Amino acid sequence: MKLVKAIIKPFKLDEVKEALTEIGIQGMTVTEVKGFGRQKGHKETYRGTEYQIDFVPKVKLELAIADSMEEKVIETLGKAAKTGSIGDGKIFISDLSTVVRIRTGETGEGVL
Amino acid sequence: MKHSTFSFMWLVVVILSLWCGPVTGWAQDGTPGAIDTGDTAWVLVSSAFVLCMTLPGLALFYGGLVRSKNVLGTLMHTAIILCMISIVWVLLGYSLAFGPDVGGIIGSLEFLGSLGVGQDAYPGTGIPHLAFMVFQLMFAAITVALITGSFAERMKFTALLLFAVLWSVLIYSPLAHWVWGGGWLAEMGALDFAGGAVVHISSGFAALVCALVLGQRKGYGVESMVPHNLPMTVLGTGLLWFGWFGFNAGSALGANGGAAAAFVATHIAACAGGISWMGAEWLRTGKPTMLGVASGIIAGLATITPGAGFVTPLPALVIGLVAGALCYAAVILKIRLGYDDSLDVVAIHGVGGFTGILATGLFASIGAQGLLYGNPGQFVIQFVLAVSTVVFVVVGTFVILKVVDLLVGLRVSSEDEETGLDLSQHSERAYT
Amino acid sequence: MENRKILLKYLRILGSVLLLSFFAGSAFADEAGPAISAGDTGWLLTSSALVLAMIIPGLALFYGGMVRDKNVLSTMMYSFISICVVSVVWVLWGYTLAFGTDVGGIVGNFEFMWSNGVGPEAFPGTAIPHLAFMVFQLMFAGITVALISGAIAERMKFMAYVLFAVLWVTLIYAPLAHWVWGGGWLGELGALDFAGGTVVHISSGVAALAAALVLGKRHGYRAEKMVPHNLPFTVVGAALLWVGWFGFNAGSALAADGIAAGAFVATQVSTSAGVLGWLVMEWMYSGKPTALGGASGAIAGLVAITPAAGFVGPISSIVIGVGAGVLCYLAVVWKSKFGYDDALDVLGIHGIGGTWGAIATGLFASVGGGTGLFFGNPGQVFIQAVGVGATWVFSFVGTFIILKVLDMVMGLRVEKKEEIIGLDLSEHNERAYT
Repeated sequence: MKLVKAIIKPFKLDEVKEALTEIGIQGMTVTEVKGFGRQKGHKETYRGTEYQIDFVPKVKLELAIADSMEEKVIETLGKAAKTGSIGDGKIFISDLSTVVRIRTGETGEGVL
Repeated sequence: MKHSTFSFMWLVVVILSLWCGPVTGWAQDGTPGAIDTGDTAWVLVSSAFVLCMTLPGLALFYGGLVRSKNVLGTLMHTAIILCMISIVWVLLGYSLAFGPDVGGIIGSLEFLGSLGVGQDAYPGTGIPHLAFMVFQLMFAAITVALITGSFAERMKFTALLLFAVLWSVLIYSPLAHWVWGGGWLAEMGALDFAGGAVVHISSGFAALVCALVLGQRKGYGVESMVPHNLPMTVLGTGLLWFGWFGFNAGSALGANGGAAAAFVATHIAACAGGISWMGAEWLRTGKPTMLGVASGIIAGLATITPGAGFVTPLPALVIGLVAGALCYAAVILKIRLGYDDSLDVVAIHGVGGFTGILATGLFASIGAQGLLYGNPGQFVIQFVLAVSTVVFVVVGTFVILKVVDLLVGLRVSSEDEETGLDLSQHSERAYT
Repeated sequence: MENRKILLKYLRILGSVLLLSFFAGSAFADEAGPAISAGDTGWLLTSSALVLAMIIPGLALFYGGMVRDKNVLSTMMYSFISICVVSVVWVLWGYTLAFGTDVGGIVGNFEFMWSNGVGPEAFPGTAIPHLAFMVFQLMFAGITVALISGAIAERMKFMAYVLFAVLWVTLIYAPLAHWVWGGGWLGELGALDFAGGTVVHISSGVAALAAALVLGKRHGYRAEKMVPHNLPFTVVGAALLWVGWFGFNAGSALAADGIAAGAFVATQVSTSAGVLGWLVMEWMYSGKPTALGGASGAIAGLVAITPAAGFVGPISSIVIGVGAGVLCYLAVVWKSKFGYDDALDVLGIHGIGGTWGAIATGLFASVGGGTGLFFGNPGQVFIQAVGVGATWVFSFVGTFIILKVLDMVMGLRVEKKEEIIGLDLSEHNERAYT
């Protein structure tokens, strides 16, 4: 099993969710986060004083998938989240050792 | 410490009750017949409007601009000043400002404790003396409250109390006397319809001294100090604007054509100020901001204050347009110079008030003539008015601050400042 | 950058106009005539300030609380810039178009251009200074434009809105005010509009519909959650609107007299009834009464009584208020069937409430110089209907054309990306809360 974490632009969330649902992803967790990468932050102005805001609002997506889905998820997610401009975000994938469904106590890929 | 506070309060209560004992009654019946119900209602409504400017208007305007750890401390400044100055005014301040003139400098103690201030008409008006007194009271209160913007987020609460009382008695009252109470500036023919010098130059330049003496906030220019709640500031702006109609049009002391002219001038200058500030920042930084419009409106209002009753709508428009851009420039200049006038009292009220006093000398055409209407002498008088106000206020405020610093210390400790005034000074938090 | 160039151009034009006009004339009657009443003047000035409080901060908070937190400042900005821009337009040329001497029943002449000749002397037929009348009417023009901003909230380009405000107040509001109040054809016909049911509410409500149609839906409309970010703001805003409305309606008597008292009472009663009407409908159809429902019902009741305030007694006011609560609730609910995105329900509340109020005036008028159907004058309803129809058509067509032209010249909407980021940051470089 794999744990996929993706940091994407907030306004791409709907498209990404739709695309992932279409290829059979059943669930995901979404968090509003702030961070910075190579994209510059934005500028805010208060009575003439300018502030450089480095931490830009992003959305973090977390989903657990079966190993067989890895390629497909990367492709789909990448396509849906892409705008082509700087700041589109990143996808992180790591191994996942155990998943437990709390209600039943089941474990393993069947839970996903 | 607690004990001494208690005995002090008892002393005050005893003195007050002794004082009130012999007061029997002011002229209850047989008022000279000169009271006009319309004028009286208008001045009373106007007084309530000016209260509304101070609390909640100014309190929210300032409160939204500070960081969330200091919002109650900031609201508290305005609220407590309103309470304290009202009492100081009734006891002593009014008499010093509007008692019979002593040497052109100060009023006598005739109205000490507001004795003799009754229901009979105030000379030259159709309103009761009491109504005049309370209208002026609101002005005294807001002037001191305006200053708090310059030392927001760092002044010790006890120091604030002491400073407010001393400043009101030693600076505001004499100044009000000079300009409005028959003092030397009034004799000279200086024009200040609703307080460009008395209220705005005085609070603005006092703010400058405060900012310099207290020094920068901890982390100024390093940490982000962005306003924590701009909608709150917007709400305050609206209430200030609303109340300002009482401030300016009420200063006609009657509901007449002059009041209507002041009302219109006030409104137009506010709008022009908002547009002009916004235009200036749009050109400079590429985007118009809500805080910019709000600040421009206040700049327009402060600047039109001395001229409100003397100018027609088009000059008011010009004054407002100048005010917005000029005060914006003053804010930028502040950033360059590096002194920490936290909420820009100097740039908006000081610069606005100064400009307004001079503009009155240019554009006055109703009931007085300015330079553009063939009376260059007025402009000179206005210049004297503005400069003498600045000098008096700067020196006086500096001395008062130094005295207060010696007695109780001006600033909270660095640790308390870090914690925020809400918790360190008042043991409460605004948002939970 | 391009914005700056356009701005500079406008500034130059404005500057030269001002300079010219300034020296053109400033005759100002030195002392007022004998007919000024201090009581009436004090009341009118108070009322003018109260109407300002309706816009700033009232409407700004009412609307600001209902949008998402990424758009609250931009929404407030619409209200602020409306009053600022409209005030300047009004003293320069708006007032004279509305209240200058009649030209063919359609518009006022240029008699009071640059506010020349508007001085401290009494306004004909009243005991208040001309200046007081002018500024009272100015506040009405300001709030009418600000009301429309509810329909375009969260997506209209700021620059486009500023120009829209200038054009709309000049081309739509001023003529309409002239038709009804300035001696134009609707006034001649005998149409009753005490404080602006047609001039203010129908016109802004219908303009809102046109604007919602031209601009299109917000991105993610009905797909995303678009709930009010701060309802206590909206409640404070509604309360300030209610307070200010006493100036709006009772001030429209232009004197502190019996008619003003009657209008004051009618306003209070109708508003309360409007809240009750809306809440009962809500309770019946969706199971629970809501605070936003109560606030909306109050505004609906206030809108509906506006044209009638000086003409009806307290009992009629109850009927008008309840009717407004019920009708406006239905209009807001049915909006979803039509699919246009009038973001903050300007049409549902002001358009429908104003229409109901204008017709109801023809039914219930009984005092203050008006007589309605129920008091023996069936013709009045017909006249009211003509006023309503004319306002709907004029405001809709006019607004539609203005917006289409602006769309061609500069584009009305912000880009999709900016809309998603939120207008506070993308249009104004600031955030409401930190």
